[in-house]
Amino acid sequence: MASITLRQLAHTYDGKTFALRDLEHVWHQGGAYALLGPSGCGKSTLLNIISGLIVPSEGEVLFDDVCVNDLSPQQRNIAQVFQFPVVYDAMSVFDNLAFPLRNMKVDKVTIKRKVTEIAGLLDLSDLLDKKAKGLSADEKQKISMGRGLVREDVSAILFDEPLTVIDPHLKWKLRRKLKEIHEKLDITMIYVTHDQLEAATFADEIALMFEGKIVQFGSPQLLFERPNHTFVGYFIGSPGMNFLEVELAQNSIVTLQSQADRTAEVEHLRRLDVQFYIQPDCMQGLIKKAQANAMTNIKLGIRPEYITLIDKPTKTSYRADVEFIEALGDHQILTILFLQTRWHIRVSEYQPCDQNEVHFELPTQHLKIFVDEYLFDPQPPTIDKKVGSTALDQDKHEN
Amino acid sequence: MKIRNNKAWWLVLPMFMLVAFSAIIPLMTVVNYSVQDIFDQNTAYFVGIEWYQEVLRNTRLHDALIRQFIFSFSVLAIEIPLGIMVALLIPKNANWKTSLVLILLALPLLIPWNVVGTIWQVFARADIGLFGWAINALGLNYNYTANSLDAWLTVLLMDVWHWTPLVALLCYSGLRAIPNAYYQAAQIDRASRWAVFRYIQLPRLKSVLIIAVLLRFMDSFMIYTEPFVLTGGGPGNATTFLSQSLTQMAIGQFDLGPAAAFSLIYFLIVLLVSWLFFTSLTYEQEHPDKSQVDQS
Repeated sequence: MASITLRQLAHTYDGKTFALRDLEHVWHQGGAYALLGPSGCGKSTLLNIISGLIVPSEGEVLFDDVCVNDLSPQQRNIAQVFQFPVVYDAMSVFDNLAFPLRNMKVDKVTIKRKVTEIAGLLDLSDLLDKKAKGLSADEKQKISMGRGLVREDVSAILFDEPLTVIDPHLKWKLRRKLKEIHEKLDITMIYVTHDQLEAATFADEIALMFEGKIVQFGSPQLLFERPNHTFVGYFIGSPGMNFLEVELAQNSIVTLQSQADRTAEVEHLRRLDVQFYIQPDCMQGLIKKAQANAMTNIKLGIRPEYITLIDKPTKTSYRADVEFIEALGDHQILTILFLQTRWHIRVSEYQPCDQNEVHFELPTQHLKIFVDEYLFDPQPPTIDKKVGSTALDQDKHEN
Repeated sequence: MKIRNNKAWWLVLPMFMLVAFSAIIPLMTVVNYSVQDIFDQNTAYFVGIEWYQEVLRNTRLHDALIRQFIFSFSVLAIEIPLGIMVALLIPKNANWKTSLVLILLALPLLIPWNVVGTIWQVFARADIGLFGWAINALGLNYNYTANSLDAWLTVLLMDVWHWTPLVALLCYSGLRAIPNAYYQAAQIDRASRWAVFRYIQLPRLKSVLIIAVLLRFMDSFMIYTEPFVLTGGGPGNATTFLSQSLTQMAIGQFDLGPAAAFSLIYFLIVLLVSWLFFTSLTYEQEHPDKSQVDQS
């Protein structure tokens, strides 16, 4: 059992492109973490570096402040479950589960006890005597997971998208099981996935990876409410955050006009500018920042959930054309074209919607500003600096 | 259930014809010989199972059969483990070095069998052969033309040199087919090198090993050319194996009847032993539940 520190980690497979870049992170002892990100963002690479299957090109991996770069996976004493089931098919299910323990010369009584316990947790008890060879993919993956879980003294258990091959109805169950096991064993668990739902159900805190970096680390709620990068906004939530390129006018945020429009009919277009109202302190901060140095890439972001539809236009409302409406059971997703940008609005299934145009309001407190893709926050909440349960609690209070 | 349309059987006919001409008809000729006493083209008498009785009572053939079994099992006992070991030593990643190793390894397989015999005949000579001379220089008295044990060991060594590469190449292809994930999982599970071999590599080599064992058994059981060239079956009868006795009988003495009866028995032995190997090696696959696994 250990906390795992990644320092200045970088990895390249071919010497040219980097799968990981400048990665700094601390996984605390006993946490349930998810490593979330799109395919190819470096999640599995990072996991394999932690377990020791890959030696990083640069940087250090520390277990409890001891550098383990030169230690083999065997020496690091880490359990890892892979995306696709690996079972030793010449052995029975029992022997498969007992294999890591036997390799560690654990006595037979303990082996029997541990294997029976884990098999019970994973519903494998009836299969213990069977050969692992003829089993279904589900069962094989449960065996793979079981081999990771039988060892009590491991530094951490790493899961690399372990539920990919599992049936949907079992997925949920196994995720709960993992969480239960985590609560029982107090082992650091890192769970790699590209599914935000999976990440949110399993983990207390999520590390979101993008292009070889961890762009944000925090509770699922924090990632949802205060994404600190446009990618986080886009990746978390379903559908993701709506963005609009804007610019800073005198004292307000207005839509971006293309260069050509501006030279042609400046006066005319200016009048057509759409204004947005953000929180005053944010606005002031933005103006201050603009005085210091020019900003070219400013984006406005809002979650589809926070857009309020209204029946009749008001002074502060906006209008957009509806492209189509998807009814998804308990809610509907409106796809609209707002100032040449495609946005989504998520409303309840009972909300009547006009098929052609909608009027809506953008609640000030939910409008976020992103400068150069990063969240612009005049008073960065101190909680972002901290990690662990305090961050979580404070975040919950605020919302 | 009644099969209404069995025209598909016609599709088997060409293959059946081919097998008939290549195997069944020649075999029947042998069966025909084995029940007759043949003097010349026009004179032959039906003798029933007399030749079989004679062959089974022939002590020279008994000796040859025992020699044959000892030889074949020695070949398997050496070549299979050695082949696996060599295969494990070849690097897994494909680059020019690996290719070079594979080519060098395959060279003995490309040499005609009588040339193999000739090479070893010279190579092992105590006076001018490098190998024979070196052994003698070490102070060991070695002469394969005079000492039966030396001759026997030389034939065995020659076969090992000639055919271990086949086993090694088969095993190497089997090893290459093991996904890397298994090795990774084993590392994570803290498996020792031996455990990796015992529980991952060996089980997954099983299918190629079945082929290797069968090929090496059948080939070594029918070995003829190499010892014939190397020792001519001598000294005495030390390296006279079954096929050579058979040839002596059929061509040397023109005893077609006994030779035919003998070759049929020979054929049945090869068939029987191969079948035993095959069924025992595949038993577990066919009956996965019957093979009880130990539970500590």
